Amino acid sequence: MKKFSSLLHNLILTPSRNTKIKLLQDYFKTLDINRAYALAILSNQLSFQFIKASKLRELVYEQVDKHLFDFSYDYVGDLAETISLIWPTKIGGRSKNLSTLIENIKEIEKSEINKEFTKILSQLSNNERWTLIKICTGGLRIGVSERLVKTALADLYKKSINEIEEIWHGLQFPYHNLFQWLKNETSKPKIDFRKLFHPMMLANPVDEEKDFKKLNANEFQAEYKWDGIRVQLMVSPKSVSLYSRTGENISSAFPEIIEFTRGDAVIDGELLVGKNFKPHSFNDLQQRLNRKKASKDLQGKFPVFIRAYDILFYKGKDLRKLFLFERRKYLEKFQKENKSNKIDISSIIKFSTWAELTKYKNNFDDDLNEGVMIKLKNSEYLPGRKKGYWYKWKKNPKLVDAILMYAQRGHGKRSSYYSDFTFGVWKKNELVPIGKAYSGYTDKELLVLDKFIRNNTTNKFGPVREVKKEIILEVAFDDVFPSNRHKSGVAMRFPRIHRIRWDKPINEVISIEEFKKEFKIS
Amino acid sequence: MDFINHQLFIKDINVHIDPIFPKKTAIITHGHADHARFGHDHVIATRQTIDIMKIRYGDKCAKKFTPLKYGQKYSIKNYDFTLYPAGHILGSAQVLIEKDNHRLVITGDYKVGKDETCKNFKLVKCDTLITEATFGLPIFQHPDPKDEIQKLIQSVKINKHNCHIVGAYALGKAQRVMNLLRQQNYTETIYIHGSLEKLCEYYSKEKINIGKFEKVSSKDESFYESKIIIAPPSALKDRWSRRFPNPIICMASGWMTVKQRAKQQGIELPLVISDHSDWNELLDTIKKSKAKNILITHGQEDALVYYCKTQNLLSKPLSIQGRSDEEIE
Repeated sequence: MKKFSSLLHNLILTPSRNTKIKLLQDYFKTLDINRAYALAILSNQLSFQFIKASKLRELVYEQVDKHLFDFSYDYVGDLAETISLIWPTKIGGRSKNLSTLIENIKEIEKSEINKEFTKILSQLSNNERWTLIKICTGGLRIGVSERLVKTALADLYKKSINEIEEIWHGLQFPYHNLFQWLKNETSKPKIDFRKLFHPMMLANPVDEEKDFKKLNANEFQAEYKWDGIRVQLMVSPKSVSLYSRTGENISSAFPEIIEFTRGDAVIDGELLVGKNFKPHSFNDLQQRLNRKKASKDLQGKFPVFIRAYDILFYKGKDLRKLFLFERRKYLEKFQKENKSNKIDISSIIKFSTWAELTKYKNNFDDDLNEGVMIKLKNSEYLPGRKKGYWYKWKKNPKLVDAILMYAQRGHGKRSSYYSDFTFGVWKKNELVPIGKAYSGYTDKELLVLDKFIRNNTTNKFGPVREVKKEIILEVAFDDVFPSNRHKSGVAMRFPRIHRIRWDKPINEVISIEEFKKEFKIS
Repeated sequence: MDFINHQLFIKDINVHIDPIFPKKTAIITHGHADHARFGHDHVIATRQTIDIMKIRYGDKCAKKFTPLKYGQKYSIKNYDFTLYPAGHILGSAQVLIEKDNHRLVITGDYKVGKDETCKNFKLVKCDTLITEATFGLPIFQHPDPKDEIQKLIQSVKINKHNCHIVGAYALGKAQRVMNLLRQQNYTETIYIHGSLEKLCEYYSKEKINIGKFEKVSSKDESFYESKIIIAPPSALKDRWSRRFPNPIICMASGWMTVKQRAKQQGIELPLVISDHSDWNELLDTIKKSKAKNILITHGQEDALVYYCKTQNLLSKPLSIQGRSDEEIE
C-alpha cells in the first residue's frame, strides 16, 4: 500500500507526461497481484458497494467534531484529503500490501463496516489513507487518463496502443490474459464484444470561425441534438440491457424499454421523456433520473423512449468499421424489422451550406433541441472524442444580467478560490437568488472575483460569504424551468458566467417578474 | 484589556504592535515584512529583529531603536512591556503587556517545536491571549521536520541528474532548511538565490549553523546537477529557475500539507516544514496559558474561535488589515 500510495502521490504532483509514464511503468514492472489491482484502480474498474462518500462522512463524524470537520473540508475542498489529514492519531499496525488490504475490505460484512473500516483507516499513514479513500470513492483525479495508462503499457511492452485499445473494454481483473499477451507468452485475448458496453463516440464543440472555413458541408450530415441522456441499448434475443454514457447499467430504472424492445443489435441513442415520440423538456426527464426503480405511476406520468442515432452491431456483425451512412442503412433496417413504440430514429436535416444550417440550429418549433449535431458521413464509430468527425453546435445560450450575492470556495483544482457564485435579480427592493454557477469565467476573471469577494464580504454563513452587492454577472444558461424548490420559483439549466458587466449599475438589473415574463415561465 | 484595540493599538500611550503604516512608537515582534515595516519614529524590538530590519530596509528605516533582551521589562507610563521568545525565526518575540494586574500576551507568529535557528518558544501565563491562527484547522498537524528534510536528501540521492530548487521564505525558513540539512549530515555547499545572501550571512554571524553556502552564479548549467538550491517562492515561477538542469521544484512550507495546494503551485516535492504552530500546538498553548479571554489574529480563525467557545473561553477574531490569509510568511 505504501508503494502504491506514493505512486499516486507522485503522479498527482508531477506535471510532466513522460515522468508520469515512467512512474507507471516502474510500478507495472512488479509482477505480483498488486499490479492487477493498480490497473483496475487506475482504469476506474474497482468499486466498493458499502463505502461511499456519505459513509465516510459518517465515520469521520464519529472521530472529530462535525463543525471542525466542515471548516476543514471547506478549506481543503477534497473529501479524501480532508479525511486523511484530520483523522486522529493512528493506533499503529503492520503495513499491508495493496491486494491484501483490498481483499480484506471486500470481505467485511455490511453490519461490521463501521467498526472494521474505522480500524483500517486508523492503521494507515496520511498518504495511505488518502489513497484508500480515493480508491473507495472512485474518480482519482490525479491527472492520469486511461489513455496514459495504456500508453505506459504499450511503451513498456512494445505493443501498439491501438491493439490495447481494441481489447481494453473486454478485459477483466486480474488481467492474466492481458499481461501474458503483453509479455508475448500468448496471443491477443479474444473478447466477445456483444456482451460488453462499448465506449461511445463523442462530439467536439464546433468552432464557428475556424471549423466552417475548413469543413465541406456536403461531406456532413446533420441531426438535431436532443436534450436527454445518451444511452447504449443492447438487444439480443435473450436479453435487453440499457447503459448510460459512462457504462453504468441503468436497465432497472427504465423497465418499459427493456420490456418492449426486440431484435438483435447494439443501438446508440438518446433517452427522452415523451408520448408518441414527442419529447418533453429535460425537467420532465429529471423525474426519472437517479432512481433505481420506476413505479407504474411514474412510468405513466413520465413515459420514456429512445431516439436512435447510430448502430454498432447488427445480428452479431460488428458495424463499427463501416461509415456512418452505411451504418444508417442497418439502423433503418433494424427499425423496420422491430417496430416498437419505444424506439424511433433521429431524423436527418437536409441542408447544403453551413449558413442554411444555422436556422435549424436556432429555431426549432418548441425549443426542445439543444442545437444540432454535425457528423462526417464517412466516419467510423470511434470511441472517445476524436477530432474531425463529429461536432456539436449548440444554440446560442440565453442570457441574463444578475447581481453577485454569495460566494463559496470551489473544489478540486479551484479549491483555494472563491469560485462558486450565487446571483440574483430584484424582487421589489430585495434580491432573490436565481441560480449558482461555477464555470464560464476566464482565469483572470476568477482572480478578480476572488479578490473582490475577500475584500467585500459583508456576512459569513459557515462556508458561504455574502458580498457587497455591486458586481453584475452576465449569466448564460441553456434553459430555465419553473421550480417550487427555489425561493425565486425558477431553476436554471447549466448556468455559467459569461462575463462581468463592469459597465452596468445594479439598479438596471431586471426583476424576477420581468425575468419570468421574458423566459415564458408562469 | 480594553486598553488595546483590534488593530493592536494602545491609544492611551500611542503605541502600536506590528503596525502596517508608519507610527510614532512600534513594538515589532519579528522581521517578516507583514510585521516589520519601514518608517516608524521609534522601534522597540529584540536586537536581532532590529538588525534584520536594518538589513532589509537600511539603517535609517526608523528614527530611533530600542533593543530589548528577552525577559527585560520596558515601561511606558503605567504599561510594562516584556518580550519572550516566540520560536518563529531568529529574534522573534511575544509581547507581554502588564497593566493594573492584567496580563495580556500577543504571541506574534510562533511555533512550539524545536528549532536550532532561534530561541525556542516560552509559554507565558496570562489573562488575555492574542494568538495567531495561520494553521488554525485540525487538518494541520505538522510532521517531524527531520523526516521531511530526509525526503529532500533521498530525492537528491536518487535523482542524480536533477537539481533541486527549494522554495523557502528568504528570512527564517531558508536558514531553517539549511540548518535542518546540516543536522541530517548533509555537508555539500548549498546554493542560494541572491536575495538570500545578506540574511544568510547574518545568520552565520549570529552563530547559527547553516554550513557552507554560495550564491548561484552563471556557471555551466550542468554544474548544478545533484545540487540543492534555495530560493524565495516567487523565484520558482520566474525565468530565474529555468536555467537549471531538470529542476525538481520543492517547497518548504506548512501549506504543503494539502496536496491540492502543492499541485496548484506546481510543486513536485512538497516539504511540510512550518515556522508556525499547528492545530494541536495552538490548542495546547491556549490551554496552558490559562487565559480566559482569547483573541485570534490572522489565519484560519473560524475553527479556532469555535473551539474556544466549546471550551467556555471568551473568543473572537480580530481582523487586522493587510494580513489576509495565505499571503503571510
